[in-house]
Amino acid sequence: MAVLFSGLLESGNPDGNHPEARDRFVLSKGHAALALYSALYLQGKLDQAALDTYCSNGSRLGVHPEKELPGVDFSSGSLGQGLGTGAGAALAMKLKGSLGRVRVLMSDAELNEGSTWEAIMFAAHHKLDNLDVIIDLNGQQALGMTHDVIDMTPLAPRWAAFGWHVRRADGHDAQALHRELASMAGTRGKPQVLLAETRSGKGVGFMETRIKWHYFPMTEVEYAAARREVEAA
Amino acid sequence: MRKALFASLTELAERDPRTVFLTADLGYLFVEAFAQRFPGRFFNVGVAEQNMIALATGLAEGGFIPYVYSIATFAALRPYEFIRNGPVLQRLPVRIIGVGGGFEYDHAGPTHYALEDIGAMRMLPGLQVIAPADSAQCRSALLASHDSLGPVYYRLGKDDAYAVPGLEGRFESGRAHRVRQGGDVLFIAMGASVRQALEAAGLLAAQGLESTVLLVSSISPAPVEDIRAALAAFPSAITVEAHYTTGGLGSLVCEVAGDHGIACRISRCGVTGSPAGVQGSQEFMNHLHGFSPERLAETALRNLCEISVPVAVPIAVPELQASPRPVSGDWSASPEWKTKPSAAKKSVPRALHSGSA
Repeated sequence: MAVLFSGLLESGNPDGNHPEARDRFVLSKGHAALALYSALYLQGKLDQAALDTYCSNGSRLGVHPEKELPGVDFSSGSLGQGLGTGAGAALAMKLKGSLGRVRVLMSDAELNEGSTWEAIMFAAHHKLDNLDVIIDLNGQQALGMTHDVIDMTPLAPRWAAFGWHVRRADGHDAQALHRELASMAGTRGKPQVLLAETRSGKGVGFMETRIKWHYFPMTEVEYAAARREVEAA
Repeated sequence: MRKALFASLTELAERDPRTVFLTADLGYLFVEAFAQRFPGRFFNVGVAEQNMIALATGLAEGGFIPYVYSIATFAALRPYEFIRNGPVLQRLPVRIIGVGGGFEYDHAGPTHYALEDIGAMRMLPGLQVIAPADSAQCRSALLASHDSLGPVYYRLGKDDAYAVPGLEGRFESGRAHRVRQGGDVLFIAMGASVRQALEAAGLLAAQGLESTVLLVSSISPAPVEDIRAALAAFPSAITVEAHYTTGGLGSLVCEVAGDHGIACRISRCGVTGSPAGVQGSQEFMNHLHGFSPERLAETALRNLCEISVPVAVPIAVPELQASPRPVSGDWSASPEWKTKPSAAKKSVPRALHSGSA
């Protein structure tokens, strides 16, 4: 998210005359909205006071993002809907002759959804080469590890067999991610997927790859410990 | 109404470049001309209704007005959550076209019957729900709603030829249309079911009873004032819909009566139970489920005589019954199927009719 929001998502043509040319971002794994809010904050689209309302009564900032919030292109939260929506947005750009790109950030568990594969087939058939998918390949889902729940390996050949150009990167290596994402615009004729290998909770020892932390907020003590560990790294 | 649909879509596509059409691999012999004329704005997305709605959501956010097309039950129910989270939640101008209301896909069987689409759609806030009564009204409704900022669901009938006498294609969002006037019986009919109501009114007229028939094509926004005014003028009303009696027009009319404290007995004619196990022509199925013209007229007579009989209990009526077909289970043994044919009709003294005429 940090890489995407550090200049990769264009907010319009350089001449400013074609606001419709702006890129679109679909946070298909809507449960990561807190990262999106943080990015919008760092971009100056969201102020500290708004950020502080996260998950409080009357806030526009819930666990999953809503289109009502400036900077959010699409509401999300229900898995399996983001890629089709992104494909529609990419098709709209093609029809308008826009040079914009659509980036869809998905979870690996979302690949369990049949509707995701409907969209995968559509995007390949229509050669939506302005559609970039990033999979947060953390190998985890709500009740366990993906290979124990629904084994989707080998993932790269599956995407390739469906007509996609597949890339791989260390999802914690910002430079590698930037390199891959920036070069996606150069590939023609196919939609592309970047399998970004990650560990959930990376950088905080007591959280890494623990399913529990998909659900629970930190206590003050845990927060302080996590912060110390991240800042020391 | 499909001829009217594609003629209207061609008209809209010609004058508005935002118009795009998506089908989930249906519309044989209807979609071809549009596809040839606007190849860049025609997409067969394959048998993938969920993705069709998701695509339309992305297209609509990008400034297009996507019309998505399938059989009503596949257009409305398969992608229901996509409709809810996409165009409805995000207030985008997606147009969902469902073809075949009620039993119109007759021998195709219950997987193809749309009996809950209107109810399901009516619950979604901000979604216009339109069930045109005939081809001319279909055209008016499509043209009238094309520029709406939010999403629309259209339930279109398969009959291209029928025209509601006197309607002449009138359509107004949030309004109902009185297509027949009389003081004895009030029918309130949803979309294409107005035909059965009008024919029932004709049967009653032959017995000296005059009916008002109120057509509701704009389900959402609901024509609350028009329904309220009609209910206030009659002691009883009959709702007619090719739909389950829960959630659709019958429920809507009861809501209006309740909200406004109107003392009017409402007989909801439509489908009350599972259609599984017995198939037939649309006419046969309508009759079986209590909303053929004959059954509606019976219900009206019962109401007038204040005979308290459940209105939509399936009654086997010999003249329309097809040759018995083997079905799973012995349906004929079910007690509700043993109700005597036309018993109520016989019990209505003729004198009562002329008295109220």
